Amino acid sequence: MKEKQSFEDDLKKLQKIVEELSSGKLTLGESLKRYEEGIKLAQGCSSLLEEAGRKVESLMKKDGKFALEKFEEGQEDK
Amino acid sequence: MPLKDKHIYTVSQITQEIGVVFENTFGLGVWVEGEVSNFKVAASGHFYFSLKDEKSVLGAAMFAGANRQLKFKIEDGIKVVCFGRVDVYGPRGQYQLIVDRVEPKGVGARQLAFEQLKERLLKEGFFDPAHKKELPLMPFRVGIVTSGIGAAIRDILGILRKGAFGVDVVLRPVRVQGEGASLEIARGIEELNEFGKLDIIIVSRGGGSAEDLWAFNEEPCARAVYNSRIPIISAVGHQINTSLCDLVADIFVETPTAAAKIIVDRKNELLSQINELRHAMGFSVLDKINSFKNEVTRFRHSLKSPLDRLREKEQLLDELAAALNNNIQRIISITSEKMKSFIQRLDALSPLKVLARGYSLSISQEDGCVIKDAFKISPGQRVKTILGKGAFLSTVNEIIKKESGDEGEAIIRR
Repeated sequence: MKEKQSFEDDLKKLQKIVEELSSGKLTLGESLKRYEEGIKLAQGCSSLLEEAGRKVESLMKKDGKFALEKFEEGQEDK
Repeated sequence: MPLKDKHIYTVSQITQEIGVVFENTFGLGVWVEGEVSNFKVAASGHFYFSLKDEKSVLGAAMFAGANRQLKFKIEDGIKVVCFGRVDVYGPRGQYQLIVDRVEPKGVGARQLAFEQLKERLLKEGFFDPAHKKELPLMPFRVGIVTSGIGAAIRDILGILRKGAFGVDVVLRPVRVQGEGASLEIARGIEELNEFGKLDIIIVSRGGGSAEDLWAFNEEPCARAVYNSRIPIISAVGHQINTSLCDLVADIFVETPTAAAKIIVDRKNELLSQINELRHAMGFSVLDKINSFKNEVTRFRHSLKSPLDRLREKEQLLDELAAALNNNIQRIISITSEKMKSFIQRLDALSPLKVLARGYSLSISQEDGCVIKDAFKISPGQRVKTILGKGAFLSTVNEIIKKESGDEGEAIIRR
């Protein structure tokens, strides 16, 4: 399942790294390390957004318990 | 007419007769229009009120069985059209309208009910902007409350399929019109909240007449939307009227398609934002690297090896030496040119040259001076004469006075 929270956290981390880098206060070594972290975060966030493989389910409640069933979308693109 | 021919009614009889007349005249029911006043609800649940216009007042009663179906609230001051029969109430000698149905005058019952409910919800703070929840940055899991077979779900899934294929959908299918639909929609919203694990809920239907959309204007739906923990996008109503569901929801749009587009747009915005961040990072690091490069170059210049410096000096020396050499050569050649010309000039001035042409030079042996004046020597003096080639000694014999000049001429005897 996709984690909205981790996505938002990662995006915040990424923004912080960009700020740190642009402040110019880091050493070259630190900069490169932060850059590497940032690229990983950016890739993670992007792929979360672009990742295929969505599920469409319908929610039923039977005897007080939830059940998810695959929802047939009917006609695909006409 | 004599009194004995007259028919005399008892009060009850005449009251009954009046009842019959009323029954015959208004028995099938009449429509009466007027303004409501003195509205009261009795403990029994019956409504008692008066209908009035500028000149008259008519008592009215609406019994509990009839008023249970009422969609709006009867209040003093509203104009209504009532349907009922006129009944005589014997114990008080009064007649009144027994109301079966009430329609608000001017607007439909539903519309009035809507306005009244809206007023009430407004007072309860249902439309308060402070209560509106913010949509999450990116809704990855979307709950949808709508019909499982309507156009709305098809439209929403179509947009998501093309634009946000990473978004999961949980549909809670409900009936969106007909009796009880509002309750069903409300339960759908509640169950999706209970189920949790969702970032937003879309409450929608795919258009229709105001009548068709009515469930979204009723209290159960509005209340469920208000109470939802999960932010709600309402996409009900299209262009016609804003539904109560729309007004209570955190965001409302006109169509199911527009609701799905919010998600797709969010996704695209975030993607481009991430790209910008990535570029910004790249620029920062490149900047850093370049500034370090410049610094290193500066250092390299200031930190030359001693050998390099020696070589530099040697080179300088070589250059100077070459320059010096050049200068000397030039000076020598200039000087030698000068000398040559001096020598030539000197040669031209040499007395020897004059002597070679046949002249001679006489030098007194006594004082070693060249003799230029014959009267300055005297006979017997010894004289050395230098010729072009060689010289000889002689003794002066005689000084000769020349007629042409005052200079003497010595006769020299060898």
